[in-house]
Amino acid sequence: MAEWEVVEPKNKAVGWFEERLPVLSLVNNVVGPATPTPRNLNYFWNFGSLAGLMLVIQIISGVVLAMHYTATTGLAFDSVERIMRDVNYGWLIRYMHANGASFFFIAVYIHIFRGLYFGSYKAPREVLWMLGVVIFLLMMATAFMGYVLPWGQMSFWGATVITSLFSAIPVVGESIVQLLWGGFSVDQPTLNRFFSLHYLLPFLITGVVILHIWAKKISDSGNPLGIEVQTGADQIPFHPFYTIKDAFGAGVFFLILAAFIFYMPNALGHPDNYIPADSLVTPDSIVPEWYFLPFYAILRSIDFPLGIPGVFELLDAKLLGVIAMFASILVWFALPWLDTSKVRSGNFRPMFKWFFAFLIVDMLILMWLGAQKPEGNIPLYGKFATLYYFAYFFVILPVLSRKEKTLPLPESISSAVLKPAE
Amino acid sequence: MKFIRNIAVALSFSTLALTGASAAGTAEHPLQVDWSFNGPLGKFDLASAQRGWQIYKQVCAACHSLKYFRFRNLADIGYDEDMIKAFAAEYEVAGEPDEYGDETVRKALPQDVYPAPFANDNAARAANNGALPPDLSLIVKARHDGANYVYSLMVGYKDAPVDFDLSDGMNYNPYFKGGQIAMAEQLFDGLVEYEDGTPATPDQMAKDVVQFLQYVAEPSLQVRHQMGIKVLLFLLLLTIVLYISMKVIWKPVKAGKNFYKD
Repeated sequence: MAEWEVVEPKNKAVGWFEERLPVLSLVNNVVGPATPTPRNLNYFWNFGSLAGLMLVIQIISGVVLAMHYTATTGLAFDSVERIMRDVNYGWLIRYMHANGASFFFIAVYIHIFRGLYFGSYKAPREVLWMLGVVIFLLMMATAFMGYVLPWGQMSFWGATVITSLFSAIPVVGESIVQLLWGGFSVDQPTLNRFFSLHYLLPFLITGVVILHIWAKKISDSGNPLGIEVQTGADQIPFHPFYTIKDAFGAGVFFLILAAFIFYMPNALGHPDNYIPADSLVTPDSIVPEWYFLPFYAILRSIDFPLGIPGVFELLDAKLLGVIAMFASILVWFALPWLDTSKVRSGNFRPMFKWFFAFLIVDMLILMWLGAQKPEGNIPLYGKFATLYYFAYFFVILPVLSRKEKTLPLPESISSAVLKPAE
Repeated sequence: MKFIRNIAVALSFSTLALTGASAAGTAEHPLQVDWSFNGPLGKFDLASAQRGWQIYKQVCAACHSLKYFRFRNLADIGYDEDMIKAFAAEYEVAGEPDEYGDETVRKALPQDVYPAPFANDNAARAANNGALPPDLSLIVKARHDGANYVYSLMVGYKDAPVDFDLSDGMNYNPYFKGGQIAMAEQLFDGLVEYEDGTPATPDQMAKDVVQFLQYVAEPSLQVRHQMGIKVLLFLLLLTIVLYISMKVIWKPVKAGKNFYKD
């Protein structure tokens, strides 16, 4: 862990305050000049701060939306349309929030897969990684409940399908579903509690983000070479070097986000959500938001029970599917112990590199499959894609950890990055 | 970025392996029209939207409500206040109860919603052979490729193919899911007389009503497009400045300067 450097302000009043609550020291030691950071971080290291920025944008735009939104089944859809039509710049705030959710997920997915490739989950960063998985789970819950609030067709039916999943749990399943619904179907109590929780969870996320950054401070940033910092030459101060690099990255990211907000604000949504919820009309196909599709595809691929056909059934198909879906994320918690290779960075793991590339492709295929109707060969492809997904974590990583011949690691970051002195 | 190359290679392998395309839907893809509101500089064609308003109130409004549309919204498609008041005054809406508590009726005002043709969904179904004419406020956003879809639906009526099993009272339209739709063909040559003298062909009327409905579905479209240019230009400039700053600030790092003693 880097040393804690105390700031001693010249201004007396500021010094008086700093002595009592060392805010400046905190900033200085987390993102300031007193935060030594590996000098070789690439652009994949931009996405952590970007995700943080997106969280802030979502909270601010969300709080404003909540000022105009009405969480009753009869008025929710109308209140959203009122925001779009009559609230000053309401359309802008709503499109920012809706597309912001997608871009929050884009940033977080890149952040997570950067971690998967560069071995960010390995010692001593296991807790840092696991806190990240907690953030991701909280984000999924938040995004799911947020999508229900406009009370369109996809809101209603998405909520019905996803909450019903819990009924697969033996014994307590039905009770859990009733608790989630606040009744016997997705209705007024469901909408109201989802609104309440959708407002609450982002603040829990903020709390876990603080722990996540704290854990980062303790173990320091990883880096693309995956070797630990050894000397001062391996490091540069976070500010101004990574603050400006993050700012530039944010500029590029916001350019793309703005292109969506202003020129294709509904491209990532589903047209059916502009039809008010109707419990009597089921949409043609109930499709979750794009960022849930890979996990939804895993859920749907499991259409067989666990057991010996015709003899006994340990888990029925529905429960097995639900378990598979949750396991597909929960397995991330176990990563530090599944992948025991001493080499962190995929750059020095010639076999791993390929399996990882196929994992990315596998996720994209699952995403595509999740949006298709489960007809023809789609469920079969789904099974193969699901199989590879789990094999990657439970078979490939443990085996590679033992068998793979890794490339020699450089002696130090500075020796690898800096040109030899002439 | 070696592993990006790996991903690309892996992706191409997998696309080779995955060749099954999902079954095509039962509806034909909509005809593609080059709408004035498409693209980053897209705007409403006000003359067309005004003609579309005329089509809506003379044709569509007989069955379809427009519940998020208020008369005052007409200001955005080029009508002045007096004209809007005059349009509204053609309709009657429920007023406040009078001093005895009895219901009253008054002329509509600009702030009123365009009156719905039916009191409720059941009344609408009863008058339409069991089918419910959807509200049109958001129709363009509530369908895939909405503007083209509505246009195609309007001009897409045909005789059903001989082997098509058309139910009683239904009409054949290949752009509608399942091919049969309760609404009969509506737009015929010379159905309305346009105030601006444009010949009222079905194609023209369909385009005009889509222009109007696109406005109703997304009133902010034009403002959004114009603001978008400014925002993108600003962000582009900011990003360039940040990029140059980054290059300047990073110079000593790139040159191998050490910031920490050991």
